[in-house]
Amino acid sequence: MSTRALADDLAAIVGSRHVRVAVAERVTYAMDGLPTHRRLPDVVVLPGTREEVIAVIRLLAALGIPFVPRGAGTGLSGGALAEDGAVLIVLTRLNRIVKIDAANRSALVEPGVVNARLSAATRPHGLHYAPDPSSQSACTIGGNVAENAGGPHCLKYGVTANHILALEIVLATGETVELGSPGGEPWGPDLVGLFVGSEGNFGVATRISVRLTPLPRAVRTLLADFTALRAAGEGVSAIIAAGIVPAALEMMDQSCIQAVEDSVYAAGYPRDAAAVLLVELDGHAEGAVTAEAEAVAALLKQAGARSVRTAADERERERLWQGRKKAFGAMGRLSRDLVVQDAVVPRSALPDVLETIAGIAARYGLVVSNVFHAGDGNLHPNISFDATDEAMRARVELASAEIMGACIAAGGTITGEHGVGLDKLRYMPLIFDAESLGAMHAVRRVFDPEERVNPGKVVPVHACREWASVRGAGWGVRSGNGNSAPRTPHPAPVVVP
Amino acid sequence: MTILEKVRALLGDGALLESGTDRVPRIAPGSPDAVALLLGTAHQEGWRVRLEGAGTWLPSDAPADLALTTRRLDRVPAVEPQDLTATAEAGIGLDQLRQQLADRGAWLAIDPPGLAGRTLGSIVATATAGPLRQGFGPVKDHLLGVTFVTGDGRMVQSGGRVMKNVAGYDLTRLQSGAFGAFGVIVLVHLRLRALPRADVTHVLEGSRDELTQIAEDIAASGLTPAALELVSPALARRDRWALAVRLVGSPTLVGSDELGLGAATGGGGRFTALRAEEAHGFWMRLAEGFAVRPVTFRIGGVPAASDELLDLLQHQVGDEWISAAPAAGAIRWSGDTTVDRLQRLRRTLAALEVPLTLERAPWPVRTAVGHFGAYREGAGPLVAGLRRTFDPGGALVVATDGE
Repeated sequence: MSTRALADDLAAIVGSRHVRVAVAERVTYAMDGLPTHRRLPDVVVLPGTREEVIAVIRLLAALGIPFVPRGAGTGLSGGALAEDGAVLIVLTRLNRIVKIDAANRSALVEPGVVNARLSAATRPHGLHYAPDPSSQSACTIGGNVAENAGGPHCLKYGVTANHILALEIVLATGETVELGSPGGEPWGPDLVGLFVGSEGNFGVATRISVRLTPLPRAVRTLLADFTALRAAGEGVSAIIAAGIVPAALEMMDQSCIQAVEDSVYAAGYPRDAAAVLLVELDGHAEGAVTAEAEAVAALLKQAGARSVRTAADERERERLWQGRKKAFGAMGRLSRDLVVQDAVVPRSALPDVLETIAGIAARYGLVVSNVFHAGDGNLHPNISFDATDEAMRARVELASAEIMGACIAAGGTITGEHGVGLDKLRYMPLIFDAESLGAMHAVRRVFDPEERVNPGKVVPVHACREWASVRGAGWGVRSGNGNSAPRTPHPAPVVVP
Repeated sequence: MTILEKVRALLGDGALLESGTDRVPRIAPGSPDAVALLLGTAHQEGWRVRLEGAGTWLPSDAPADLALTTRRLDRVPAVEPQDLTATAEAGIGLDQLRQQLADRGAWLAIDPPGLAGRTLGSIVATATAGPLRQGFGPVKDHLLGVTFVTGDGRMVQSGGRVMKNVAGYDLTRLQSGAFGAFGVIVLVHLRLRALPRADVTHVLEGSRDELTQIAEDIAASGLTPAALELVSPALARRDRWALAVRLVGSPTLVGSDELGLGAATGGGGRFTALRAEEAHGFWMRLAEGFAVRPVTFRIGGVPAASDELLDLLQHQVGDEWISAAPAAGAIRWSGDTTVDRLQRLRRTLAALEVPLTLERAPWPVRTAVGHFGAYREGAGPLVAGLRRTFDPGGALVVATDGE
């Protein structure tokens, strides 16, 4: 079928205004938030209702055409890019908040609802949607579900998976499936838990029931500055070991601090600090939160903090947070391109791993700025570069691979909240053996036997042990406890716009 | 060769335990690899295998060619108090694990129903959370990763040992609450908390209606108790219904919550603070109370429907042995009932969009009713497909769907 004929058939479902075939229109959808991958889709379709989503998917099923679901395109793993004839289904027009049930602290939303808009809508009820990725002013709940998105306040309140009660999904065939229940209790095996974070490989979520969280009545936001990165890492460990669970515990290194302070998002971070920690404590009672804040301040000073100050009012708190949440934007001042990396290490390994990353950056002559969720051990080393410089691009890839290797060697993993997408396919065999990758591939085929939904993402099929065939010899005894030893990552070629 | 002889040749004499009254050979592999070897052989030979932990929760009565117990998988390879993580084999008893964690200043915030020696694997596989689900979430929220062995002997790892992880699909959550239908859990990576420095329980007795309203008031006040549990008189061993509030954390935080509790309930003074040993006994009796009656199930509705659901249970199956978290919408029931009543109740609840999960029952009831029964629209084929994927020969005897 020609692209024109397909576009006409799609237009018959959603209207011609909502089908994009011109290059100038499609180029908007050629990338997500990661500048190292670019795929120009052949056709982009923007359904406006769940019925249109179902009709579009049924049409594509009848034609055997693959498709890729996409939200706002703020992802950082190349996960929402369409290639090889796949149709890009953009869900941003499904942006209705269907229902807010304040009594049961839940809301029913469509996948294109913007994260921050949901919290704004529930605020009058004294509630909010807790997962708060840095892109929350643009990213959608559907995208958050696909990626199991996190955010600074997930340290206390949990990631997206902890806040999804039920889903209506559409499979690759166009069939709809109801998962979970309004109260959040799984209906049978936990298929909601399986779907969240599956990066669009299992189908499209068309209705999402989310848990809402009461707004805290008391909040304290602390800024601690350190003259050594290691001391800041030790401060993080001290807080966690003391049994205190802050709402958020974020770290920024000197490079990041200076980028922020040079930008319109300047937050008053001390420019000469090697690192700052942004610590937020919240709860229902002023007295208890104040006491915890004092305990945290004491721990940070013991760990070597040069100063610890508390935001005097809501305005100062917002300013401190704006600097943190807009740090990625501020880094645009450092270079024309930025790779936002994502990895997780055990919290106690943070000081060593941060030093290792600094060493890698120095060795490759790259600027690496760290702004990350320290309380979770979720690192975001950001590599500034110029994508038009081919040699520099190659160094970025080599450095990224070494950083991943260092995190795996420390007992960590390759992604904490950005997903695998295209970008981290090559690292998957470093943390999962062929049997485990084969299991994931087999699970994907239960939902999508033809592998037409978001093909080529998450699981590197070439590295999987076969699960579909009847097993012969070779099963049985394996060594170790299932945790692979780290192997040396191999960088992949960079595809740059 | 008989099954027993073949297993002896595979795993040695040490893996053979004394059979139960039904004379089904009971095998206790000593390592995850041995579990894989046994299940791989069972798959090839066409043996039907039932799964057992310590034998303290699900009755060991499913018809099978052999029983696989995880009780020799009882090591704790890693406890990392600084990172608040641990790795434990699935056959360790919760009581032993708690002690080992406490020795390192760490705490697993799970208090499942059943006897203290219930295995970790059993708790994960059945997702049986207790009252602490109110403050710390369901069992799956405490899991960082699992390693499991499929019905055809493949060993699969999922997740990892760090706080956040989105590498690959979340097979860990799929395993939690699957009752072993997708494989045998052999290793669990856990998220821990620091051992709380203060842990107090307050109890108030009253009518069910009155206590439900008070529980709603507490939840609406912004307090976040670790447990907020409404317990029937028989289960609480009291004359009237009891509302138990457990507060844990730093002494400052708990002290503040105690003041808040008084304010939320109209001036306080009505709750009785239990001494430490009384509180321990109260929660232990509550957990053990669910292990002694023939049938236990859980239902999960929206919080505002808790009262209506309690009425429904009272009407259809009685409410002698009930524990409920009104603010979470979770209710656990225990007692003696029939297949017909359970099936009728499940149908009624399904119309209200409330799932009923059969947690514990004799095999004839389990196989007739199923742990899950009918699924929601379109989900049945997915569950069936996952079962075929993880147990292609149907070696694992698990009654998921019922008749």
